[in-house]
Amino acid sequence: MKLVLEPEQQELRSTVRKFLADRSPSAKVREAMASDRGYDARVWNQMAGLGVLGLVVPDELGGAGAGQVERAVVLEELGRVLTPSPFLASAVLATDALLALDDDAARTELLPRLATGELVGTVAVAEGGAGWDRQGGATTATARRGSWELAGTKTLVLTGDTADLVLVYARTPDGPGWFAVDADASGLTRRALTGLDPTRRLARLTFDATPARALASADPAAALDLVADLAAVALAAEQVGGLQRAMELTVDYAKVRVQFGRLIGSYQAVKHGCADMYSAWEHAVSVLRYAAWVADHDRAELPLAAALAQTYIGPAYFAAATGTVQYHGGVGYTWEHDAHLYYKRAKSSELLFGGPALHRTRLADRLGV
Amino acid sequence: MTLVDATQDYRSSVRAWLTAHAPGPAAGLTPDEQLRRAREFQAALYAAGYAGITWPTEVGGQGLGTAEQQVFSEEAAEFELPTYPFIIGMGMCGPTIVDLGTPEQKQRSLPKLLRGEEIWCQLFSEPGAGSDVASLQTRAVRDEDGWVVNGQKVWTTNAQWADYGALLARTDPDRPKHAGLTMFIVDMRDPGVTVRPLKDMSGRAPFNEVYFDDVRIPEDAVIGEVNRGWQAAVTMLGHERVSIGATRRPRSNPLEFASLVELARHEGVAAEPTQRERLAELYAHERALELFNARMRQEAAAGNPPGARGSVAKLAGALLLRRAIETASELGGADAVAWDPDDARAAELALGINSAPASSIAGGTNEVQRNIIGERILGLPKEPQVDRDLPFRELKIGTQRQGGVG
Repeated sequence: MKLVLEPEQQELRSTVRKFLADRSPSAKVREAMASDRGYDARVWNQMAGLGVLGLVVPDELGGAGAGQVERAVVLEELGRVLTPSPFLASAVLATDALLALDDDAARTELLPRLATGELVGTVAVAEGGAGWDRQGGATTATARRGSWELAGTKTLVLTGDTADLVLVYARTPDGPGWFAVDADASGLTRRALTGLDPTRRLARLTFDATPARALASADPAAALDLVADLAAVALAAEQVGGLQRAMELTVDYAKVRVQFGRLIGSYQAVKHGCADMYSAWEHAVSVLRYAAWVADHDRAELPLAAALAQTYIGPAYFAAATGTVQYHGGVGYTWEHDAHLYYKRAKSSELLFGGPALHRTRLADRLGV
Repeated sequence: MTLVDATQDYRSSVRAWLTAHAPGPAAGLTPDEQLRRAREFQAALYAAGYAGITWPTEVGGQGLGTAEQQVFSEEAAEFELPTYPFIIGMGMCGPTIVDLGTPEQKQRSLPKLLRGEEIWCQLFSEPGAGSDVASLQTRAVRDEDGWVVNGQKVWTTNAQWADYGALLARTDPDRPKHAGLTMFIVDMRDPGVTVRPLKDMSGRAPFNEVYFDDVRIPEDAVIGEVNRGWQAAVTMLGHERVSIGATRRPRSNPLEFASLVELARHEGVAAEPTQRERLAELYAHERALELFNARMRQEAAAGNPPGARGSVAKLAGALLLRRAIETASELGGADAVAWDPDDARAAELALGINSAPASSIAGGTNEVQRNIIGERILGLPKEPQVDRDLPFRELKIGTQRQGGVG
């Protein structure tokens, strides 16, 4: 098990960090989050140019043939600066789903386009309860004259308002299945939701006799489990990056802010809070490296590692981001300061794939408790 | 042969030797018999080439690296080895003498340490000098052919057996507190040394109080230089951190996740959603700390020693224990309140609860660890230190406060 990054992986990190510092500083993040689309398409295309959208896609399908560890490095950097982007929807969820399914034709047709960013994909599974229903929820897929039609409502669909391709997990008379729906399909209504986290765009999708293409899968529910576990690891990477930045903002501020004639970082009340954030970050990085390594090398252990990652890292990030607002005092509560963006991202992420109680329960299941 | 093969070979030899030579259970032995058993095992370790693994060969060590030490520690954790009487001597005093001792001191002390012939203790903490150990008051005053020591030390591990101690004493009260200390080798068999067991809140007495009453120390017993005792202490504390870091947790620990799952089953609450979540959360923190330690070891092996990040592990271990006793007591319920006198499981749980505070205090309190993390890792400013540059004599600390407080 490798818990430290290889030199090439460190190089990837500095390349992405430099790119984002240049193209996605705070002012640009705020511009993007207030825009109609919710992200900056130019930044997305430039990321595609860097070759980071298809890191886990094999070479022969137009990807980089790298792995989860590399993708986690990119996600950490995106999470650090809160860049609004379809990365989690397209380069994680949709890409992982196509790789997990057994539909060669769809894979050959779609993965190269996802890897170049020309196609933005997403996945629609959640229906509002906690987590993802392995039965497909209340959304049904019905065979009609050799093709399929979807009916139902999916929510918390990442980049769901603008994605070109939606992979829907739905119920059929013979069990759950995966279906591909085009953005302009008839009977598809997409409603952008107002999110707790303004830097992440989520939508509710309603299907009404919406034509869909069935995707071949030997075991659709097993594919869903894999997609969910890889998503938990990917989200954890974003969270670790955000936790680190939230800590850095706090420590930097504690070194310049003076009250009662002293730098506030010299007071133990503040210093110890910063130390706790640092400790949480060190542990979170360690858990993340383990989970990403397992995702590449030990798929049997992935369910445990994924549940561990969300159980530990989700709440740790929110605790740190709460501290960031707190130790900044009044200025941390302003709209102008970025502290609230980390706070909102942390809480929203903690709940995005089911919430801490669900992750703890899942971890207990996987530990055999 | 690659490095990995070499390490693997070393691991196999260690495992084979320990399997053949680890002593049987100590149950039923008298304290004297246990001590003899420990000395014999240390001698056997030395004879087999497993004592002083990282010490230089010219002082009797093996001259190997931290990788071998780590392998040995990992393998040793699979056994209940009676090395406890030697942990201070082998882990702290010996390595400091390797670093700072005179050729005569090395020659006299190190071989006997390695062979288990002498037991050492470390004499730093005092009733008035805990976290602020540089404020200690034990005095060493020069006389014609050496020094005379008076004072009191506390929390001294292994002093009840010790032949020698590494003593930190004040030699110049006219200098600021850090600049007037000297480290000495003190003969614990001197008639002026009194060792008393110190009963802690768990009801056990693993530590001692040590009193010095006109104890004479020869000139050549100074470790390092006169009035540079603080530097020697920092060297020794660095070895302590390494020594604690190398310690692997024993195979079974009543407050670790696996034991608590058993407790939950024993209490019939393992299927309750709240308890399952609690156990999962405990596992997450326990595993995160394991992974952090594993990551630091990988970084150390790649040439990046952990440095002050050892404080993160120390702090996290103490907080994990608090979390574990919360979980254990919720699971134990009424059985954690009162139990039949012969209920060993309940007694073990109670001992765990009652000894947990030690890990948040010993070896640097949680508060000191957070200061270290804040100042040395994050670069946050220190608190203003009012006493740093004043002569020790002028400080209102310890018994020097008398009259100052009504």
